Amino acid sequence: MRTFLTMLGIIIGVASVIAMLAIGEGSKESIKTQISSMGSNMITIRPGTDVRGGVRLERSAMETLTLNDYKAIEKETKLLTSVSPMVNSGGQSIYGANNWPTSVYGVAPEYLKIKIWDLAEGSNFTDKEVSSAAKVAVIGQTVAENLFKDGESPIGKMIRFNSIPLKIIGVLESKGESTFGQDQDDVILAPYTTVQKRILAITHLESIVVSSISEEEAPNAVIEITALLRKNHKLTTNEEDDFHVISMEEMIKTFSSTSEMLTVLLVAIASISLLVGGIGIMNIMYVSVKERTREIGLRMAVGGQGSDILLQFLIEAMLISITGGLIGVSLGLGATLFIENVLHWPTSVTSSSIVISFVVCAITGIFFGWYPAKKASTLDPITALRYE
Amino acid sequence: MSKTIIKIEDLKRSFTMGEETVHALKGISFSIQEGEFVTIMGTSGSGKSTLLNVLGCLDQPNSGVYQIDGVSIKELTKNELARIRNEKIGFIFQSYNLLARTTAIENVELPLLYSTKTLTAEEIHDKAFKALEQVNLSDRLDHTPSQLSGGQQQRVAIARSLVNEPVVILADEATGNLDTRTSYEIMALFQELNKQGKTILFVTHEPDIATFTGRTIVLKDGHIIQDYINNNVQSAAEALLALPIEED
Ligand SMILES: Nc1ncnc2c1ncn2[C@@H]1O[C@H](COP(=O)(O)OP(=O)(O)OP(=O)(O)O)[C@@H](O)[C@H]1O
Ligand SMILES: [Mg+2]
Repeated sequence: MRTFLTMLGIIIGVASVIAMLAIGEGSKESIKTQISSMGSNMITIRPGTDVRGGVRLERSAMETLTLNDYKAIEKETKLLTSVSPMVNSGGQSIYGANNWPTSVYGVAPEYLKIKIWDLAEGSNFTDKEVSSAAKVAVIGQTVAENLFKDGESPIGKMIRFNSIPLKIIGVLESKGESTFGQDQDDVILAPYTTVQKRILAITHLESIVVSSISEEEAPNAVIEITALLRKNHKLTTNEEDDFHVISMEEMIKTFSSTSEMLTVLLVAIASISLLVGGIGIMNIMYVSVKERTREIGLRMAVGGQGSDILLQFLIEAMLISITGGLIGVSLGLGATLFIENVLHWPTSVTSSSIVISFVVCAITGIFFGWYPAKKASTLDPITALRYE
Repeated sequence: MSKTIIKIEDLKRSFTMGEETVHALKGISFSIQEGEFVTIMGTSGSGKSTLLNVLGCLDQPNSGVYQIDGVSIKELTKNELARIRNEKIGFIFQSYNLLARTTAIENVELPLLYSTKTLTAEEIHDKAFKALEQVNLSDRLDHTPSQLSGGQQQRVAIARSLVNEPVVILADEATGNLDTRTSYEIMALFQELNKQGKTILFVTHEPDIATFTGRTIVLKDGHIIQDYINNNVQSAAEALLALPIEED
């Protein structure tokens, strides 16, 4: 019982390390798959200077990206397959008595290819409809469900977005929620010209999204775009970029570094409880050495050497910590399952986290068992035998 | 001429406690030949246990010579002393000192586990079993100390002292915790072992115990005051028969 209480520190420590690592790994992985499902070749170009880590400027206040940039990128690059400009506007969509607050994205037809989105019904708009700023739209499932509640097909229906009438020609397949908790189906896509002219009344672009020919070429594509835009914007070498090119890879890095920091923090907390567990082991080993002083004396009297005694107590300390570790690992796995199934957080248990826990346990046992064991091994046989 | 097993010369041992120094052994000399059965007698505090602890290499003398089986223990390291205790000495305590929650045979196996000889688990078990047979306890192998009587526990301890075939068995008041009948049983066992050639050194308070051994050394205040041969050794087995039958 006392041994179990001692183990508790280790158990809690290991269980939390396992669970925390599982959560950390899980969120990292799900971010990765989410981002790649958004199109791993996707590159986004935004106006404004690179302010990562610093003060973020109001992007919409920057009007450095223009249709000319879009056309130049479309024509003069070799490493890109699809290019689409993007402007967006929030607002109210209305159909009959139903209304739904959402955003409209003004894009080119290529946008669906870049995002790897498919249509569930109807068709995408065409380049011709872009040129004519046609009042057509493709809507996401969430918008469809909220505007067409009785299950009628949205295709061919007229909706209003901020009082601009739009004819629905397609419905997107459901994409679900993104890792960032954003409903990817809550969207209306329309020709960018339509959004620019009829809804926002602007001429600049809010961003340009492109996809590179392959994931490997994405970094080179970033370089190509940067060079092209610098030339077009007539920036001298000592001027900073007035735009900002982000590849998916970079986005993955940014997000995983955040979740990595979280993991480190969680592991640090868990390590503290391991430390506390270790001190518990030291304490019980100390008590054990005291209580068994006569036994130690007897073992020495029949020929046990200091090193035999040392080994015996070290092994005992390790047994306690490893047993604690075992229970801790199973508890941690249980907690992970609970988190996965009840809280629906993404988790991922890596075998390395289990191995690391075990190694740490063994080391904890040796480290904290060492001093009491050493003390036992240096006892004088006759003093130990006399000990009451 | 028989072999000298133990040889001590002018052995001194004193304990310092703060200001005071207690001289427990004030220059003891004697030697013991192979096959002898010797009792060490003396009043309480005369230094018997101190002497036996030194002889058992559990304690170190302050000065003097001590040779066991031809080895001088003076220059030995801690580990070498442990090895001497393991290979040459069988020590028996008044309070048995068996490991609790450990079976009789496991207790007997203990010295073999610390042996430098490489023995298989089977050999260890066999040797321990034979030692328990010698003390007539081969039917109590899996009993733990709490399931054994005092006399049986002491016999386990004797088996443990025998198991590694030491050159000498040292017993410190091995019968001190036992009643007369059981004491005589133990003495009969020691006489039996002595007949088989074991050298035994036996510390006791009780004069009747000394009549079972061939030589008696009497200590007083850290000195030897008597060292005599007993030409009229009694048989403990016969004495046991002569004891009045206990009535329940
Ligand atoms: N570790 C020690 N520290 C201090 N003094 C000690 C120690 N061991 C023994 N002595 C002293 O040495 C003297 C001899 O003690 P020892 O135990 O050898 O006596 P003994 O003959 O075995 O007595 P008993 O018959 O009561 O067991 C005693 O005066 C005792 O107080
Ligand atoms: Mg004594």
